[in-house]
Amino acid sequence: MTMIFGVPMAVFMGQLTLGLVNGAFYALLSLGLAVIFGLLKIVNFAHGAQYMLGAFAALLGFRYLGINYWLALILVPLVIGGLGMLVERFLLRRIAHLDHLYGLLLTFGLALIFEGTLVNFFGVSGARYATPEILQGGLNLGFMFLPTYRAWVLVAALTMCLFTWFMIERTRLGAYLRAGTENSQLMQAFGVNVPLLITLTYGFGVGLAAFAGVLAAPLYPVSPTMGSSLLIVVFAVVVIGGMGSILGAILTGLGMGIIEGLTKVYYPEAANTVIFLVMILVLMLRPAGLFGKEA
Amino acid sequence: MSIADAAAVDTQAAAPSTHAKPREMLRIKDLHAFYGESHILHGVNFDVKQGELVTLLGRNGAGRSTTLKAIMNMVGRRTGSIVINGQETLAMKPHHIPRLGIGYCPEERGIFSSLDVHENLLLPPTVSSGGMSLDDIYAMFPNLYERRKSQGTRLSGGEQQMLAMARILRTGARLLLLDEITEGLAPVIVQKLGEVLVLLKAQGMTIVLVEQNFRFAAPLADRHFVMDHGQIVEEISAAQLPARREHLNTMLGV
Repeated sequence: MTMIFGVPMAVFMGQLTLGLVNGAFYALLSLGLAVIFGLLKIVNFAHGAQYMLGAFAALLGFRYLGINYWLALILVPLVIGGLGMLVERFLLRRIAHLDHLYGLLLTFGLALIFEGTLVNFFGVSGARYATPEILQGGLNLGFMFLPTYRAWVLVAALTMCLFTWFMIERTRLGAYLRAGTENSQLMQAFGVNVPLLITLTYGFGVGLAAFAGVLAAPLYPVSPTMGSSLLIVVFAVVVIGGMGSILGAILTGLGMGIIEGLTKVYYPEAANTVIFLVMILVLMLRPAGLFGKEA
Repeated sequence: MSIADAAAVDTQAAAPSTHAKPREMLRIKDLHAFYGESHILHGVNFDVKQGELVTLLGRNGAGRSTTLKAIMNMVGRRTGSIVINGQETLAMKPHHIPRLGIGYCPEERGIFSSLDVHENLLLPPTVSSGGMSLDDIYAMFPNLYERRKSQGTRLSGGEQQMLAMARILRTGARLLLLDEITEGLAPVIVQKLGEVLVLLKAQGMTIVLVEQNFRFAAPLADRHFVMDHGQIVEEISAAQLPARREHLNTMLGV
């Protein structure tokens, strides 16, 4: 059997895939965080909860309304994103003129409320969400076994990342967003409805988190706390990548997933901490992050 | 239609045969403006007629830039009255004001580093029809065309100023608020900006120019307003200017 650095090829590739899939989630979530932070200057602590809400909406939608996975993949981000817009319009906007720390506190409080409410009804043990039939099983690639659903998650997440990149870097609305991130007051003076832009941006970021949540539902147990543990890692990813660049967020997310996955192969004890070690290194050597702009 | 043609058509249309008295484009009455606790403008009064080019002169801190920002509703709090084209704007939201046909060019130019030159140029939404086409703009500023793929802030200071001007000409704005457009620029660029202003005026644009460079502003303007301590303290017409030049130089400390 082929060995890579003393590890069987299949094990190596398996962990690499796992790392890439985790990385895809990091990428989706850190992308949303970066987009929101860019325009609102708020660290959205509710991001993990909104990801969890996405997974829960898929679960409950299937259980009570018979909404299948594919429909959920489209509907849930819209619904949860819409909920995000309400949060921005009626809560975040009211404190926008205050220190941005208040936004952090408010979103953190919201996350606790969302999680607490769901714990109250569903407990913390987590429920299973069935993988859609067409994505069950796997492919034997010869050198490894590739579970179909993981491959799909990778494709779907990367497609969404590229779509987001395209929207932000190549469209007029995206130009508004980039310019608004730099100088929103001047954008107002050009006649751009910046408050509306902010609402849409927050809704979009939340929608991305919910999309990630639906993708995650068949992979991980759907539980009210599934987001909070993930979010800590995602924050580290954002710190490593820096807030500056969309492509940076995507690449850092994938890269950190791979590093984490490979650490599991060679030194499993460090798998849960390796991202934080990288974060410390980056903070020491390049405080603005790998892709961030030096202030 | 080239820029020169457009200018010719517009001057014909604005010929004084139809109505003798030009309409008022902007009237500011007893304007006070505040940044938090600091009271910056103390009752500014002036008016600008359609097609006029006026300057706001004064020392640094006299309140000239704040006056422009107050018109755009970019300061903390305002009281008084700002009538644009017959419409009171004091209660309007900031993003509605430019849609009355106003183009604002900030002192710091406000070129976006995350956008290339072309994107910067296309950024401000159209506020009314009749703006310059992209072709006309690139004809007027050939440098911008050559550098259209460059990052906005990679341009030289002069090119950035051209870009800041050019992008509001695209929007169809008829009232331009220009803040210190010649500041820190080489004489040849200042001259080019002067030519652009003459052309715009010939097209019937109304222009409020905040300017430190009095020699640049003097031959262009119909009237000058001198500001001090957040008020207009003097109005000098172009005709009065030669006699008042000495006095003005002392006042402005140049």
